Formats: sequence, structure tokens, C-alpha cells
Amino acid sequence: MKKRDPDLLLLHAPLLRQGMTTPNAMRDVLYALAPATVASLWFFGLSAILVLGTCIAGAVLAEWLFADRETRGVSLLDASGILTGLLLGLTLPPGLPLWMAFLGGFVGIALGKVIWGGLGHNLFNPALLGRAFLLATFPIAMTTWVPATGDGGFFSIYSGNLALPFMQVQIDGMTAATPLGMLKFEQEVTPLANLMFGKTSGSLGETSGLLLLLGGVYLWLRRDLDWRIPVSILLTVVVFSACLGLFDAARFPTPLFSVFSGGLLLGAIYMATDPVTSPVTPRGAWIFGIGVGVLVMLIRVFGGLPEGVMYAILLMNAATPLINRYTQPTVFGRGAESK
Amino acid sequence: MNTPKDTGGPSSLRLVLTLAVAGLVSGMAIIGIYESTLPTITANKARELREAVFKVLPGVSQMQALVYRDGELVVVEKPDKDEPVIYGGYDEPGNFVGYAMPAAGPGFQDTIALLYGYKPGEKFVVGMEILESRETPGLGDKIYKDASFVGGFSALSVEPEIVAVKKGTKSQPNEIDAITGATISSKAVVRIINEAHAAWSAQLPAPGTEPQLRATESTGTEATQ
Amino acid sequence: MKKNQSQEEFIKGIWRDNPVFVQVLGMCPMLAVTNSAINAVAMGMATFFVLVGSSFLVSTFRNVIPKQVRISCFIIIIATFVTIADYTLLALVPGVHKELGAFIPLIVANCLILGRQEAFASRYPTKLAVMDAMGMASGFLLALLSLGAVREILGDGALFGVNLFGENFEPWVIMILPPGGFLTLGVILLFFNWFKYKKDEFLEDVAAAERSES
Repeated sequence: MKKRDPDLLLLHAPLLRQGMTTPNAMRDVLYALAPATVASLWFFGLSAILVLGTCIAGAVLAEWLFADRETRGVSLLDASGILTGLLLGLTLPPGLPLWMAFLGGFVGIALGKVIWGGLGHNLFNPALLGRAFLLATFPIAMTTWVPATGDGGFFSIYSGNLALPFMQVQIDGMTAATPLGMLKFEQEVTPLANLMFGKTSGSLGETSGLLLLLGGVYLWLRRDLDWRIPVSILLTVVVFSACLGLFDAARFPTPLFSVFSGGLLLGAIYMATDPVTSPVTPRGAWIFGIGVGVLVMLIRVFGGLPEGVMYAILLMNAATPLINRYTQPTVFGRGAESK
Repeated sequence: MNTPKDTGGPSSLRLVLTLAVAGLVSGMAIIGIYESTLPTITANKARELREAVFKVLPGVSQMQALVYRDGELVVVEKPDKDEPVIYGGYDEPGNFVGYAMPAAGPGFQDTIALLYGYKPGEKFVVGMEILESRETPGLGDKIYKDASFVGGFSALSVEPEIVAVKKGTKSQPNEIDAITGATISSKAVVRIINEAHAAWSAQLPAPGTEPQLRATESTGTEATQ
Repeated sequence: MKKNQSQEEFIKGIWRDNPVFVQVLGMCPMLAVTNSAINAVAMGMATFFVLVGSSFLVSTFRNVIPKQVRISCFIIIIATFVTIADYTLLALVPGVHKELGAFIPLIVANCLILGRQEAFASRYPTKLAVMDAMGMASGFLLALLSLGAVREILGDGALFGVNLFGENFEPWVIMILPPGGFLTLGVILLFFNWFKYKKDEFLEDVAAAERSES
């Protein structure tokens, strides 16, 4: 067994230094998420900090625990573990027991990233994998939504947060349905202004559409994200729901409602664009985005669940290697045979 | 006899004979175990069925199988395979109480099979028991674990049809409170009953003219053995 | 000497050549029926009965069965035992039989059983064959039980139906569902491979140390 020398780092080409590195890109995403994170504090108070913090703690712990002895700590520097924890936290209900949030972060990194071989080798988005695990494991807690700006101001904590490890939420607090849930099960439409500015119930980061868009624009200006993916997802959703609206405007959501409700913006801008799990070719990015958009609408409108962004992205993650393979550009001057 | 290793290879006859003997011995063993366990197995099944029927039809202590043949409901000892069958329930003196109707249909994950008790006189469902389901543990499985949901079927009008409504909003005799968080499974149960009712209602005789309990006590006592 | 060998055949099935964790055989029942400890034990006992019975018969008649039709004969013998187990369970414990469902008849397709007949019972004397079968079946039973116990504890807060954590336990629903089987099995296999890797590494270090000394 060869032991690696921690002081000697062997790298393969290209060796030219460039501004765009993994840690920088990750940090940019963190900055872009800052407004939405602050907004979640504003809407949900101290609970938001607790949930986000435990998620990040779980993710970072898994990252540290499963790293090689020699490189332990190095992998933490690129901030990808923190980003995964934060993204996962933003998709969770504010009243979720903290031990579940911790478990979600841990499982997301352990089963979503480390087990595949670390950053760059994972097939699925780790944050969404953690969320999928939580949703399958604790379906009730994960779909119990608390109203925004709860009863006691900033320093009040939702009772659900403090459930003991492995125990249920004991006290039945106030619950509120998400805009999508209300539409699906009670045929109630939430006003658009509430959706844009965040006065709705829902997961921590999905309530304020405008702030998420703002972060997206920042990322686009910094060239950290492939604009084709969010644009194609959102366009597909708009076209799809406009078409449905032609059939029965009363039953189906309007295009704007579809875009601003649920986790669509969060997923489309921050999760579907994960460079590891989305196609690398421009044509592939379009296919990927359209696929996500169609799946989201199919699940929302015809499926049993009110929200489908997570499963849509995970499914298209699984299709990414295939998309990459079929959208490979041909080598210049060789024609079709170069494939 | 030589072992196969020593000779160039056994004759075909020997191969056939070996398999035949093995098959014969195996067949006899299987017949033996089948014959010796059959009484227990049938008794178990009959007991399970009786218990389910008695559960969905309160006040019933005797039952018999009924099938729809040539335009009327007739009593049968042993229904043909794949023939839809319902059970008539009778009280101690032998008066007709109601039907126990098996029904099945798609749930959230897999087929839900259930039995419901139906009183044709009042057109009421008086009980419901889930026989088979693979609904999500913790959510969909409340269709048989949630006592208040199961209890909701103890007096439920089927006219015009059963409707599952949001928990706590039941106001009509034909409405039932759905389970919070398991709307799909609750609605599936309601739909299965509605469909079975629609399929059978034309075939049931007018109230008061139900088939009499057969004096042979065939189904009644056989099952208790 | 003789006694040691039969002991050895028994032990190897439980740890070194564990049918599930090392040979990765019999995955179908492993994943399908281990959602509770009691189901896992029932499945393990049924498999135990079938494997030991078949190994005994196959080994006893190993010189009578012609090579050309041996697989057919093995299958006939195995299928007979499976049918016996199927009816016995149905008569004695109908509840468990209902839970296990189609997986009792499917024992016949468990490659562990046919594999042991072909690889061991048809070549060794009866006593060794039975010891080997018992070892393998015990290893399989233990593997099923460990998976079933983990899944029941996390998924139901109970073990063998006995509640462990009190009323307020939050069940991990996924553990009762099929994905929980894959997850748990994966984690246990991960542990086994890690253990093996560490052991090899250690042995290598020892060997290297000895080499440098001499």
C-alpha cells in the first residue's frame, strides 16, 4: 500500500491557473443564496438558523468523517459540503425536527457524494438526494408546513424543531398548506404578490421568488451557471401550463403561478445547474431543462404529489450520462464518423 | 452398479429411470404433505373469512356464500373459481341481516382488497375491513390502522354515492372523513366500495326477498371445525 | 482430524464464506422479506430446512445420480422440500405465510441452495455435506436476521414486535419499504468490504515487517 505524501500534491494537466476554480464557484453560489437565506431568517425566525445550521453540520461531518486520513479536511475547503447542507436546508420545512435535518445533511453527503467517489463523481445532486431520503423516511414531518412569520416573532422557535432524536413531534402546532398543496387539494389560488415576496408557507428557501431570481442573475453575470438550464426549465413550465390553461383555465395553474410557487425557482437555478450532475453540452443542457420542466408539470398536475421539482431533477440527473453521450459534438472536419 | 465416472456414460434408460424415480418419490412426498395440511389450511381460511364477515356485519352469527347465476342470487356450497361471490349474513334465528361484499381496486401503491358490510334495506354500509393492502406504512396504512376512519364506515349511506371529504367536515350521511395525509388511499377505499356497489346493486334482489339461510348448516358448521 | 474438518465446514458458512455478505447470493429473499425480524427468521428457517434436507439427500445419493441429470435431480429434491415448507408454514403460521407470500415458493430459485448442492453436497460425504449446509444456512439466517433487525428497529421502533422506544418513536418509513432493504444491505456490505480491506492491509504490513526482519 502506497501512502500518499500530504505535502506533495501531484496534479495532471492543465496546470495553467485560472480564476474559475471549484472553491470560487461554490463560494459564488453561496453568495447568490445569501439573499434568500436572509429572507428565510426574516420569515421563519431563529428556526431557520437552526435548521440550516444542523443541515450544514450534518453535511460537513459526513464529509470529514468519510475522507481519507491523509486528505481529511482538504475536501472541506472547497465549501461544497457547506453548499450542499445549505441547499438541502433551504428545501426543508421550517418546523422540521433538527435531528432529521442533521440526518438529511449526513445522508445527502454520504450516499449522494462520498460513496460515488467524491465531488465530481456523483450521479445525483447530493442535496436533493438527502431531501429524497428524508421525504421517503419521514413523510409526515416533511410535509408538515408551518405558517410564515409565526406567532412569537424572531426569537420564537417552532415546537417541531426541538423534538428529541428519534422521537416524533409531540405538540401539534399550527400548520398551513403550501400554495401548491392548497391548489391541489383545496382548489385555492394564492395571490401572485405573496408568491413573489415570500408571504407564503413552504420550505425555508422557496418562499421568495424574486430573491432567488436575483441570486440567479448574479450567478449568470459571474458565469457560474449555464443559463440554458434554468431558462429552458422555466420556459417549458410556462408553455406547458399555458397550454393546460387553454383547456380549463379554472382547474390548472396559470403560468406565473407555476413558476413562482413551490421549489421551482430554487431547483431550476441552484440545483438543476449543478455542473457535476447536469449535461456539459449546450444541446444537452436544453434537453435536460426541457425534461425537468415537463416532469415537474406532469407530477404537479397529474401526479399524486403537489410538488415534483425534486423528483424531476433527480430523474433527469439519472439521464445525464445518456444525454451527454448523444449530444457529443462531432470533431471538426470528420463528419458523422467521428462519433 | 458402476458409478458414472467409471463407465463411458450411463445409458439413456438409466437417466430416464433416475428422473422418474426421483419425480415419483417427490410427487408422493408432496401429495402426503398436501393431504395432511389441507384440513388445517381450509379451516384457517374459512375462519379468517368468517371473522371478517362477522366484523363488517354486526349482529351476524351465520353466513353463506351467494353468487349471481341466471338472473338471481343463489346459495352455493362452493363457488366456482373466478366467480364473483358475496356472503349473506344471518342472525341467530336465521333472519337475513345484510351482505358482506368483497371488493378490490387500485390503491396508492398496489391493489387494495377489502370486505364491506351492506344492509340493502337502509342502503347503508355498516362495516369495512381491509383484507389486503400495501399502502405506505405510516400514511396509507391508516386505512386499516386508523380506528376513526374504519369506524366511519359503520353507518354510511351509499346513496347517491360515498364521498370522502376533508377531515372534520362530514355533514351528510353519505360523507366520510378522509385521513389527513393519506387522501389518496382514503379516496381509493371509497372508490372501490362505490364501484362494487354500482356493479352489484342491480343484481341484488329487492329488500325482503333475500335468499333464505339454507338449513343444511353447510357453511356455518364446516368452518368452525 | 475428522471432527475438526466438519467443524470447519460449519464455521466457514457463518463468517468467512457468508452466503450473503461474502458470496452475495440469495439477494432476492434478502431484500424482499427482511422488513421485520420475525419475517427474516421465518424465511431463514424455511431456507435452513430446505438447504439441510436437500444437502443430506443429494450427498447420500451422490453416487447413484448420473452426472448428466444431476441438476434436474437437485431441482426435484429442492422443490419437494420447498413445497413441504410452503404447506407447513401455511398450515401452522398463516399470518407469516401471508407476509412472505410468493417468496416461499421462490426459495427453489435461491442460487445459494442449488449452488451448495453442485459445489459441495454432490462431492463430499453426507456428514460433511450436512455440516456445510447447516453452516451456510445459519450464515444466511444470521444475515437475514441482522438486516431484518436493523430495518425493524429503525422502521418500526420495535424488535420481534416488542416496542423499544415507546409511543413517540418516529418511524423511518423508508426502512420498511424496498429501498430500505437496498440501503441497509449496501451499508452492511460496505462494512464487510471495509473490514476485509483493513484486514488485508494489516496482513500485508505484518508480512512486510517479517520480510524486513529476516
